[in-house]
Amino acid sequence: MAEAAIRAGCRFYFGYPITPQNEVAEYMSEHMPEAGGTFIQAESEIASIYMVLGASVTGARAMTSSSSPGISLKQEGISFLAGQELPAVILNVMRGGPGLGNIAGCQGDYFQATRGGGHGDYKTIVLAPGSVQELVDLTGVAFELADKYRNPVMILADGLIGQMREPVVLPEPVKHLPEKDWALRGAKGRPSRFSRSLILNVRRMEEHNWKLQRKFREIEANEIRFEQYLLEDAKLVVVAFGSAARVAKGAVKRLRKEGLKVGLFRPITLWPFPHKKIRELANECSEFLVYELNAGQMLEDVKLALSGSAEVFFYGRPGGVIPTPMDVAKIIGSRYYQRIKRKAK
Amino acid sequence: MLIKCFFAGFGGQGVLSMGYFLAYAAMKEGKEVTYLPAYGAEVRGGTAHCTVGISDEEIASPVASEPEYVVAMNQPSAKKFQNAICSGGMMFINSTLVTEPPQRGDIEIVEVPASGIAEEMKNIQATNLVMLGALVKKTGLVSLKSLELSVEDAFSAKKKLIPVNLGALRRGWEYLD
Amino acid sequence: MKKIYGRPKYLKPRKFHYCAGCGHSLVHKMLMELVDELDIADRVIGVAPAGCAVLAYDYMDIDIVESAHGRGPAVATGIKRSVPNLVVINYQGDGDLAAIGTAESIHAASRGEQIMTVFINNGIYGMTGGQMAPTTLEGMRATTAPKGRDPRREGYPLDLSSLLAQIPGVVYAERVSVSTPRGIRQTKKALEAGLRCQLDGEPGLALIEVLSMCPTNWKMSPLDSCKWMDEVMSKKFQVKVLVDRRTKAIKKAASGNVD
Repeated sequence: MAEAAIRAGCRFYFGYPITPQNEVAEYMSEHMPEAGGTFIQAESEIASIYMVLGASVTGARAMTSSSSPGISLKQEGISFLAGQELPAVILNVMRGGPGLGNIAGCQGDYFQATRGGGHGDYKTIVLAPGSVQELVDLTGVAFELADKYRNPVMILADGLIGQMREPVVLPEPVKHLPEKDWALRGAKGRPSRFSRSLILNVRRMEEHNWKLQRKFREIEANEIRFEQYLLEDAKLVVVAFGSAARVAKGAVKRLRKEGLKVGLFRPITLWPFPHKKIRELANECSEFLVYELNAGQMLEDVKLALSGSAEVFFYGRPGGVIPTPMDVAKIIGSRYYQRIKRKAK
Repeated sequence: MLIKCFFAGFGGQGVLSMGYFLAYAAMKEGKEVTYLPAYGAEVRGGTAHCTVGISDEEIASPVASEPEYVVAMNQPSAKKFQNAICSGGMMFINSTLVTEPPQRGDIEIVEVPASGIAEEMKNIQATNLVMLGALVKKTGLVSLKSLELSVEDAFSAKKKLIPVNLGALRRGWEYLD
Repeated sequence: MKKIYGRPKYLKPRKFHYCAGCGHSLVHKMLMELVDELDIADRVIGVAPAGCAVLAYDYMDIDIVESAHGRGPAVATGIKRSVPNLVVINYQGDGDLAAIGTAESIHAASRGEQIMTVFINNGIYGMTGGQMAPTTLEGMRATTAPKGRDPRREGYPLDLSSLLAQIPGVVYAERVSVSTPRGIRQTKKALEAGLRCQLDGEPGLALIEVLSMCPTNWKMSPLDSCKWMDEVMSKKFQVKVLVDRRTKAIKKAASGNVD
């Protein structure tokens, strides 16, 4: 991920140690200077996100990474980045929670990530990789989207993706970075500029917030990503993201071999969430099973999307236990037999 | 075909690098691989284990549910993970340290006195490579050649350590028929 | 006829929103005079704090980014590391620098970031309405210390500048006051020294603490505020150079007598 960020033109990494994502900072400390960039181990999560803000306001590509408790601290700065319309990439390798929790694979930060996370009316684009390769690929996407929309982008991975190793193909380094005619680099040959989020005038504040909302609608219209797996004839759709989706895919594969018509829908952008697509799936299929490594968070988005047009069953493991594809296959299989086979009779 | 191999032992025994060498070698052979390390809260001592998945197709979960092969580098690991192995699987034990092998009838126990061999070679740190050589000989998970390349790549920054580590790998390989 | 005084070129033609007798406007004006005199308008960038000076961009005609309360040194770090050629002015208040942002202040100093921090110390939280600040003096009343600050209850006033001056990454630290014409002239000299640290490439942070009046929250007239500053506050927070580790400026001044 770290190398992918450097290849995406990121030249500033500011972080603070927290397991399970220290490998990113360690890699950056060695390789960022080689690429002509800057690495700083900051005094806190809070300081590191504001260093990102400082580098970003000058037009540079900057990022930070952390894990759940650290991300909570960064939320203040993420809100400022969103309010000041500054691009930034934040990697959250989720761990179990609340509080210190544990360092196992968990997806408990879904709400925090997809609802904005900090204070105020804003959204961050949230990308959820399902493999190490996708983490690499989405890193490049994250920097592009951040610059395109001048908005913070969060890559929401979990302890499993954060700690495992898989072979990856790295992208070619980005050659041309976008021009940023809004950056502050000293008022040379132009009037002075400022970047702010404090707008005391209520009408102007409202205007600014509507402008942000228009941008969010545009992102919703253009940037939704998802993966569909064996959905054509599926009688039951499993919805899962990140590493849970990966396990679910293995389960679906097993069940297909046994002749069960099940498929997988995997949102890659958690915000914007593919509501419309899920609603469309309900035209063909009336049974949904949401599987998450939490107590039911994306579940709410799936229910909103379906608005009662299909049955939704939930299976969750909120403590860091990663069920095997076999375990998940059993859950899906028994639901399938209860609902679909029975109906068929 | 998906094969899961689980390595366990004390922190500091090179358990994690053993898994990494194997995963790297399999990757070089064009296989789909996953490598998932796990640590205790301690950095040295304590327990360390990791899981390597090797397959011809996409691997769903990097977690070992019922691994085909378990490598136990010490007594506590042998005891703790004996029931994790799938029926018909194999457990490789470092017989220098594991004095009470598991009593399961449906798995094969492969005894390799890896620590002893490494000590003979005056290089106790290469215990893990002795074991890895034996594991690969028995299971045919990857070729010895790929494993050697994997070790050479890993030590590319400390070239003088390569011969002794390759030697240990070969001793392990030769130990089993 | 010769023009001997005018509005600084980089001070926007706008009326200050600051209260009568407040020190912010004086400091703003001097900074903009210096931007002109040092000819750095095209490469200076300001970091404005949360607090009364948050609207600094309404007055200073330079690039300015707003920072959250306490985070100025971190934002300034990001800017300076990204564009080292910029002259970075990090403007902060007492609650900002010495309470919510203590960690950021200390660590930017320990890293020796090449920025100038202008620390406006008026011993009170101005914008939020006169609450106790880390620098509120013993016995001084605040809306959250209605009986006056009692160290046993509210702790002791914190002299963070003196602590910061002990850190090797701080190349220059001076405390000045804007309560008298003499003090104002000294303040401008100090601010110039602080800015020159970046121009000369001194390897560290410059800190200029400006003792400033807040008549509104001190509940005094502007005139009494100046008097109280001279007689009380500047006795507790002594006006002086706290540390001078500059190498280049000292060498310049030593006129050949360098060892």
